[in-house]
Amino acid sequence: MAEEYWRWKEYNWHSPDIDWKQAESVTAGVDVGSVSSQAVIMTDGQLFAYSNMRTGSDSPDSARNAMNWAMEETGMTLEDVQYVVGTGYGRVNVPFAKRPITEIACHARGANWMYGPGVRTVLDMGGQDCKAIHCDERGKVTNFLMNDKCAAGTGRGMEVFADLLSVSIEEVGDMSFDVEEEPEPVSSTCVVFAKSEATSLLREGWPKSKVLAAYCSAMAHRVFTLLERIGVEKDFAITGGIAKNSGVVKRLEQEIGFEALKPKHDTQIAGALGGALFAKALLEKERKK
Amino acid sequence: MITAGVDCGAKNTKVVLLKDGEIVAKSIVLSGFDQRAAAEQSFAAALEMAGMSKSDVSNITATGAGMKEAQYAQDTVTEVGADAKGANFLFPSAKTIIDVGAEEGRAIKSDGKGKVIDFAVNEKCAAGAGSFTEAMARALEIRLEEMGPLSLKSQKAVPMNAQCAVFAESEVVTLIHAKTAKEDIARAVHDAIADRISSMVRRVGIEKDVALIGGVARNVGFVKSLEDNLEISFSIPEEPEYVSALGAAIVAAEHAKNK
Repeated sequence: MAEEYWRWKEYNWHSPDIDWKQAESVTAGVDVGSVSSQAVIMTDGQLFAYSNMRTGSDSPDSARNAMNWAMEETGMTLEDVQYVVGTGYGRVNVPFAKRPITEIACHARGANWMYGPGVRTVLDMGGQDCKAIHCDERGKVTNFLMNDKCAAGTGRGMEVFADLLSVSIEEVGDMSFDVEEEPEPVSSTCVVFAKSEATSLLREGWPKSKVLAAYCSAMAHRVFTLLERIGVEKDFAITGGIAKNSGVVKRLEQEIGFEALKPKHDTQIAGALGGALFAKALLEKERKK
Repeated sequence: MITAGVDCGAKNTKVVLLKDGEIVAKSIVLSGFDQRAAAEQSFAAALEMAGMSKSDVSNITATGAGMKEAQYAQDTVTEVGADAKGANFLFPSAKTIIDVGAEEGRAIKSDGKGKVIDFAVNEKCAAGAGSFTEAMARALEIRLEEMGPLSLKSQKAVPMNAQCAVFAESEVVTLIHAKTAKEDIARAVHDAIADRISSMVRRVGIEKDVALIGGVARNVGFVKSLEDNLEISFSIPEEPEYVSALGAAIVAAEHAKNK
């Protein structure tokens, strides 16, 4: 089988310093996205473990797999988790979740924890959608805009390009700066058309790096127009998979005129993390009763 | 008088030679990466078919997305203008013309004499054009030509949520995993693209008769979906992909007379 360049690596992590058995609250958020699924487990509001996997064709299975993988080698089982919140595209299909919460609310909440209470604008660039979110100092959503109808400006679109150019998705960003001069962005909005456009550019003798530069800047511009409509207030943070793509992030920062906050955690877990934080709050509310 | 129309489409480059109001030759060549070469080749092939040389042609008009690449053309006409001319030449009663090509869908309101009154175009997104079907045929692992006949066998409408061709590809894969019958998926694909085209047609308004042109009009599955959606039937030419080139050849003749 041909190598699949879009296929990014799946992973899991857990903190070696936390003894979860001592924790008063163990909560989780499971974000079943259209392209990837994440599970985040928090103990007493601390980040304890997480996983990031591709979403399969079945949402309940994807949720279970992500959760199991996050718990791997921790000795924790699903019974030990006191409250689970489901979020993302498949949030209603998380069988063990007590409540579904929209990914917009979860991303804002997650970004608030990850980047601090100063965050006012969150840009979530996910697999099949792109959202610009405004939030207050508690991570509560005050306004948002989203593009979920078109692959332009999404991770799936970037995967298509990585595959076309046979460049692994993790390398796309850095490679796009390996150009003497910044080329004009590709003119097509639609990823299907942009693919044909890129093919003719390659045919004209453009190196891969130049084609990637042209695509990354088109994508940055596309996302910028979404942000512009809602307005960018500082502090500004980017979450989701594309946040890891320097080719898009740096070009977007140039268009906006200032930099996004540097991520301290994995940007792809923001939604699930927000879910785990909501789960903690909901658990405490339940216990008070 | 002999004139030529060249339609430099995203997928194919078509040429029609017209002699005193009659088609004497036509040719179709894949546009490929080099549209300029395709335009040369297609024109040469049409001349050969008619047994003519370039000097016999009094005027050449180009149209289509790559019209500037037909460098031998004396003038150009917009795709919408060429569509209306060509469709009304074949169907003088047509007041609404729908053209679905590889990368563009158009709905045109015409006066019946080839004059454009109003139009709507979808050119930014593959969801309202032929390449959408092509991408889905790939996902289904069947040939493009099989898509139409296959979808006619479907007994069940399966809704397709994705509008974007890229997302729809993932959705098709999910449908395959869920063991949805291929014919139902093919129909879902045609229903989805018909939905996009219909909204465009409704924007300009439907006035009978309605002509359906462009390469995608050959896809019987799409035609059925669009007919069901709009609840009307269409006049479809035998060779719907040549209508724009024909229109351009008619424009070339009109320009030559006025010179």
